[in-house]
Amino acid sequence: MSKFKKKSESSQDIPTAALPDIIFMLLFFFMVTTVLRETEIKVEQKIPRAEQLVKLEKKKLVTYLYIGKPKDSSLGDEPLIQANDAFIGIDGIVQWVNQEKDKLSEVERDQITVSMKVDQETKMGIIVDVQTELREANARKIMYAAPTKTSDN
Amino acid sequence: MARSKGRGSQEVNAGSMADIAFLLLIFFLVTTQIATNKGLTLLLPPKQEDDKPIEIKQQQRNIFKIQVNSADRLLVEEEPMDDVSQIRGMVYDFVLNFGAPSDVKRGAAKVSDKETYNSLPASMKAYINRNLGTKESSDGPSEAIVSVKADRGSSYEIFIQILDELNAAYNRIYGERVGLTDEEYRKLNKNDPRDKALYDKARSGIPKAISIAEPTKVGG
Repeated sequence: MSKFKKKSESSQDIPTAALPDIIFMLLFFFMVTTVLRETEIKVEQKIPRAEQLVKLEKKKLVTYLYIGKPKDSSLGDEPLIQANDAFIGIDGIVQWVNQEKDKLSEVERDQITVSMKVDQETKMGIIVDVQTELREANARKIMYAAPTKTSDN
Repeated sequence: MARSKGRGSQEVNAGSMADIAFLLLIFFLVTTQIATNKGLTLLLPPKQEDDKPIEIKQQQRNIFKIQVNSADRLLVEEEPMDDVSQIRGMVYDFVLNFGAPSDVKRGAAKVSDKETYNSLPASMKAYINRNLGTKESSDGPSEAIVSVKADRGSSYEIFIQILDELNAAYNRIYGERVGLTDEEYRKLNKNDPRDKALYDKARSGIPKAISIAEPTKVGG
C-alpha cells in the first residue's frame, strides 16, 4: 500500500497568487453595479412598466422630471414635481425648461426632450398640468420613462 | 560607467500586467454609460395661440376616442371596456380602415392615402379588403386621430397602459409595412442609413396621431 504515498512531499499550500485579482474583480463588480446618481431623488419612484419602449439616442438632450409622493412624509401626501435637486411648482416649469435649454447649444435647443419619471400612484391631473406647461415652454418632445415589462403577468 | 549589476535579470516584470489590463478594462466599463433612457415618447402639439383658437372640424369617424374616468374605467368609442389589451387590435383596424381614401397629399412627405394603400404589402391589403373599409371608421391613415381623454383623477398607471397599447398598434402597422415584427421595428437604429430608410418608409403617410385631450375637471 505504500505505493500510493509517493507524492506526500508536495506543497500543501493553496496558491494565493491570484487572490489580488479576485479581490479586484469583486471590487470592480461592485463599482460597476453601483449606480452613481447626480441628483438625490426625493419622491417615490415606482414606475409602471411598459412594452413598446423606444430608446433615446442623444442623452445630452434629455432632462428629467420626477413626479411622485414625497418620501419625506412631513411634506404631505400630494405628488410633487422634482427637477434637478429641488421641488418646483407647476408655475416654475417654464422657467426650469428655459434654464435647461440654456445649457444646450443654440441649434439643439428645440430638440430638448423631457423625460418624466412618474410614480404609478400619481393621478393624471398633475401630469396633464405639467404637459400644458411644457407646451407653453415649447419643449414638445416628452417621454414617459418606463422599464421593460417582464413577461410574468 | 560601472556595469556591476549586469548580471541581474533583464526582463520586464510582467506579473502585474494583468492588473493593469483589468484596470483599463474596468475603467472603460465604468465610464461607458448604460442606456436607461427608455420610455414611451410623445410629441406634444404646438403652443396654443390665444387669439387664434384652432377650429378644425374633424369628422367624428376619424377620431378614435378613449376616455378614462376617475375610477380607471375605460370608455372606448362610447362603449365601456374592461380589458385594455383590446385597444391594440381596435386601433390597428381603425388606422388601416381606408374607408374613403383621398387623393389629397398631406403631411411633410406629401403622400396621399391612396398612395399609402398602394405601398402596403399584399397581406395587409388582403386583410383590409376582407375585414375593413367600412364607412363608419376612419377615411384613411392620414386622417385618423386617436384621442385619449383621461380624467384628472385617473391613475398614471392606466394611462401608461393605454399609451403602450396605442404604440403597440402603430408599431405593428409600421413593422408589418416593411416586413418586420413590431419589436424589430422598434429596434431600428436611426443612425444607420439603411435602418433609417426602412423607418421612413414605414412611417410615410401614416402619422402617429395620438392626442392627449385636456381632461375634464369633474369626473364621475
